[in-house]
Amino acid sequence: MQIGIFSVGDVTTDPTTGRTPSEHERIKATVAIAKKAEEVGLDVFATGEHHNPPFIATNPTATLAYIGAQTERIILSTATTLITTTDPVLIAEDYAKIQHLLDGRVDLMMGRGNTGPVYPWFGKDIRQGINLAIENYGLLHRLWREDVVDWKGRFRTPLQGYTSTPRPLDGMPPFVWHGSIRSPEIAEQAAYYGDGFFHNHIFWPASHTKQMVELYRRRFEHYGHGPADSAIVGLGGQFFMRTNSQDAVNEFRPYFDNAPVYGHGPSLEDFTTQTPLTVGSPQQVLERTLSFRDYAGDYQRQLFLLDHAGLPLKTVLEQLDLLGEILPDMRKGFAEGRPAHIPEAPTHGSLVAANGGPTDSTVYAAADDATGHRAEDTQDAQVSA
Amino acid sequence: MTSVVVVSAGLSSPSSTRLLADRLAAATTEALGDVEVEVEVTGIELRDLAHQLTDHLLTGFAGPELARAIEQVREADGLIVVTPVFSASYSGLFKTFFDVLEAGLLDGKPVLVAATAGTARHSLVLEHALRPLFAYLHAVVVPTGVFAATDDFGDAGLDVRITRAARELANAIPTDGVDAGRSGTTAAPLARRTVAEAFDDPTPFELLLKQASAA
Repeated sequence: MQIGIFSVGDVTTDPTTGRTPSEHERIKATVAIAKKAEEVGLDVFATGEHHNPPFIATNPTATLAYIGAQTERIILSTATTLITTTDPVLIAEDYAKIQHLLDGRVDLMMGRGNTGPVYPWFGKDIRQGINLAIENYGLLHRLWREDVVDWKGRFRTPLQGYTSTPRPLDGMPPFVWHGSIRSPEIAEQAAYYGDGFFHNHIFWPASHTKQMVELYRRRFEHYGHGPADSAIVGLGGQFFMRTNSQDAVNEFRPYFDNAPVYGHGPSLEDFTTQTPLTVGSPQQVLERTLSFRDYAGDYQRQLFLLDHAGLPLKTVLEQLDLLGEILPDMRKGFAEGRPAHIPEAPTHGSLVAANGGPTDSTVYAAADDATGHRAEDTQDAQVSA
Repeated sequence: MTSVVVVSAGLSSPSSTRLLADRLAAATTEALGDVEVEVEVTGIELRDLAHQLTDHLLTGFAGPELARAIEQVREADGLIVVTPVFSASYSGLFKTFFDVLEAGLLDGKPVLVAATAGTARHSLVLEHALRPLFAYLHAVVVPTGVFAATDDFGDAGLDVRITRAARELANAIPTDGVDAGRSGTTAAPLARRTVAEAFDDPTPFELLLKQASAA
């Protein structure tokens, strides 16, 4: 069982002090949080991707590479990578590159984005969101698996004899999760490819999660990847804990009441009943987290959202310390009653081993004589030759 | 059993809006009784759901009581909807309830529209506000809408309009025992796919792939 955290990288005013961190502070805080996650024994750190204020979550691969250079063990991932508005040719290059730099300690999660305007910023149409996610991922999947790709589609220019470099590390593409809250097409997509499916889970009633996870599991089996209960499922989660549960409620309430997503709406009490948010003692967080299996089945990855709603860095790091303290019990709880045939989340190591070991996937090409010349001159030379 | 759901957006208790809703429900029950159809009438008071409706706008999902009310509307064979007139239109609370319904939920559903106000000067609100709203939602609005100003209560003309509208609603509700579709209405076979249907019977990925790249 992989347990980790995911961050959306929001720059939010602390409602208790009125102070808003600068972009620089928030960017550096993200790195501190990721390093702390490794220190307390977590398995995964995932960053979101947003292209607008109040977020600092642009350029996820630079962020992950920088964190990767300062960590040893933790898997670095995304939550999510915008497969709709990012050119799949660039995603193929960027994530293969950090796969090499981080010796395989990377995977990624596909998502469609959370704000309408992001589509036109990148020349796309939100009404084509599902179609973009399907076509673009279809191309990305091929670019990582075929050395030379001929491709023609609807949303980007065709490719002729194209080789994406670098080739995936050890001949093994990064593992991919697909994230979606309510779109059955995305559960279907994850199932078709035998990829992982991640449900955000937080901010929503368990019924949404159950519906999506059940569909993914059923279709995973339908497409011949194995029994439904062995499909690769990840869930989000959200908590605020203090040793004394009433202290947790008192301290978190102003953040809850003013939070960008659900603030000024339902009460903290209603929201903790209706969604996975847990505010209380470490024991309460532990029990609630282990109860997610009641409707999602035994699963592979649990990511918590901790740094949001204006919580100061110091508080977030304290939350990580508390999570680290209950981590052994959480792992024990997840292992309890888990049937032997339920797989762990795939890692680079496990995927390479299952493939019979690493292969050098470098596409060796003849040296080019163009470097130092202008592309146009080379082109002219070819035309006249 | 035929089900009629009455959605009432009155704010005081008891309100004239609720009073009109009750009379429309009784007249509809009677009209269906005349053709020997048993009716189960369920009342939904939006005032009781006001907090959950606002929460739904902010969170994107329904609290338990609101979710139950939405399911009752989904299952209804016919709807009676009654709003007070606020600033020349339906009230915000009334509109919010129909704003949070899943797309397609009212497709083909027979609806009787009604409104109350302090003065008869608002009587065309049914035609310029309620009818377009339910046309947009693909409901089938019966020809007679019922408007009641305060001084209409006690006027025999209101009874005539209530009876006529109720008969029209009763006629629009299929009663031959043949299930014409998920909402039991004749127009239902043209209804949009519900979320539940999309999960029960997902579009196969090969088809999604083909559709994605089809210009």
